[in-house]
Amino acid sequence: MADAETVIEISHVSTRFGEHVVHEDVDLQVRRGEIFAIVGGSGSGKSTLLREMILLQRPDSGSIRVLGVDLQSLDEVQAQGLRLRLGVMFQHGGLFGSLDVRENVGLPLREHTALDEASIDGIAAWKISLAGLAPEAGTQYPSELSGGMLKRASLARALTLDPELLFLDEPTAGLDPASAGGVDELLLNLRDTFGLTVVMITHDLDLLWQVADRVAVLGEGKVQGLGSMDELSRMAHPTIRQFFDGPRGRAAADKTSGQATEQVKE
Amino acid sequence: MKPLSVTPAAIAQPTSSELVLSGCWTALGIGVLDRQLEALTVPSKAEVVVDGAGVEGLDTVGVWILQKLLQRLRGEGHVVQLRGWSPQFSKLLELVVQHSDAPRSQSRSFTLEKIGRAVVAAGEQAFALLGFIGEIAVALAGSIAHPARMRWRPILHNIRSAGFDALPIIGLLSFLLGIVIAYQSADQLRKYGANIFVADLVGLSMLREFAPLMTAIIVAGRSGSAYAAQIGTMAVTEEIDAMRTIGIAPIELLVLPKILALIIVLPLLTFFADVLGVFGGMIMARAQLGVGFEDFLDRFVKAVSATAYMIGIGKAPVFAGIIVVVGCFQGFRTSGGAESVGRQTTRSVVQAIFLVIVADALFSVLFSLLDL
Repeated sequence: MADAETVIEISHVSTRFGEHVVHEDVDLQVRRGEIFAIVGGSGSGKSTLLREMILLQRPDSGSIRVLGVDLQSLDEVQAQGLRLRLGVMFQHGGLFGSLDVRENVGLPLREHTALDEASIDGIAAWKISLAGLAPEAGTQYPSELSGGMLKRASLARALTLDPELLFLDEPTAGLDPASAGGVDELLLNLRDTFGLTVVMITHDLDLLWQVADRVAVLGEGKVQGLGSMDELSRMAHPTIRQFFDGPRGRAAADKTSGQATEQVKE
Repeated sequence: MKPLSVTPAAIAQPTSSELVLSGCWTALGIGVLDRQLEALTVPSKAEVVVDGAGVEGLDTVGVWILQKLLQRLRGEGHVVQLRGWSPQFSKLLELVVQHSDAPRSQSRSFTLEKIGRAVVAAGEQAFALLGFIGEIAVALAGSIAHPARMRWRPILHNIRSAGFDALPIIGLLSFLLGIVIAYQSADQLRKYGANIFVADLVGLSMLREFAPLMTAIIVAGRSGSAYAAQIGTMAVTEEIDAMRTIGIAPIELLVLPKILALIIVLPLLTFFADVLGVFGGMIMARAQLGVGFEDFLDRFVKAVSATAYMIGIGKAPVFAGIIVVVGCFQGFRTSGGAESVGRQTTRSVVQAIFLVIVADALFSVLFSLLDL
């Protein structure tokens, strides 16, 4: 069945920086079409794991397969082919400061396709509007954008080549609640329209409750818990409890269950 | 080799009112089809059938290009009918596509306008620089009034990094410069049998002009750029703003120690360059002209007056002021991102060297008026 197809398979991955062990024997699977979230405290190796999935870093041992390609044994041509099927939105945007937003978004097309300039500009303008930005934003430079706009512009660039897999590093960090809510909707929309698989790192409990299908909790170099937010909230592991039992964790959970009961009443 | 094997997108027109699409209508499969579509025409105002049964892949790039075609056909008065599209693709095709061909923002400006803008920018920058010098003067006056507020640690740190650490490079370059001057003059002097005057030449040119100028240029490249980069990075990462909110005047902490340190250190470096330069000249004089060390020094003392020495050393503090003010000024003008730091750093070095040479020329005019 297509729904159960595994697009990312991480098995027995270990990573260390010198003496410091970041991951030890991590196993994870991400299925096609799901929104998968990785959470964990600072220094729990979330970002390192993400960097390993997007070919920026290699684990010390273990294997990672992305879209059926083994990352440990691929040559430059395969790596290039794989990169075109991934979209990444970096925490601080990663937009090129010397290009305006439209040029940033059009850059992958300019590099990898034979389309003419006018079409590239047109497609880039469309992507910018898909990401929820006003058309005027296209001619602005990254240094002139607010935090929320930067994230959206970065998302637009990540989506330029219609990736099968979208990686998001802290998509809502530093955003006001309204913009963060916009990101929730945007992600769900994108997944439903394009059948995207999304892997994200986030601390945003609201986003997790609203959007994530499955969540992996990293801690002490291992996966401490894996499941939907509902399942996780019933687990007893201390790392997970810590995550849910803070006042913020409870507020986010209440909000979601409140919405659910309202829907039932209707 | 193509990274991914995709069937290129294609379009066929079996009858005049039928368009059959096939292949991958994706960013990587579309190729140059975009341009072919523009040439495509459908005669008469008839119904056009767009058959998508053979399409293997469709992404937003394909949708965009297809929508552009459909819109054009509809605009020409044709009734467009879609046929054979898989449900997945037809859902994508329903995406609202906006073809806002927002005009490129790059408005072409005329040469005259550019010149005007450059003049205004230069004028504005000169005013800002003047303001900056004023701020420094105020801060300096405050520090002199309250010496306890002076920050000695950064001053000492700057003396080491801008002065002591620069000794090897300045020593080596002035030594080489002394050699070059003596070597170039050797031929001419030998013709007139005026070998001993090599001491006059090397001594006066090194002490009055070359040592202070070379030292200032090296320090501008070494330390002036570092000042601009340091302050620029701090401005970008909001450290300067943080300093202000904590109640520390950035000029007091970042600029004054640098100015004081360089004003102390640049004359010392100039003296060091004097010594090494003359030493280089001496070695070359002995090798090329047969003027021994003793004869050279004998003549050197007679030829070079204390005034000549003091003129050279006296320029150094002025050059030091120029280097620090320009470096820090450009650093504070950094705004935006990392790119701006690089631009301001380059600008600081170019302007500092330019102003140092201009100041040197003005000194020459002044001293010749004063008959020094």
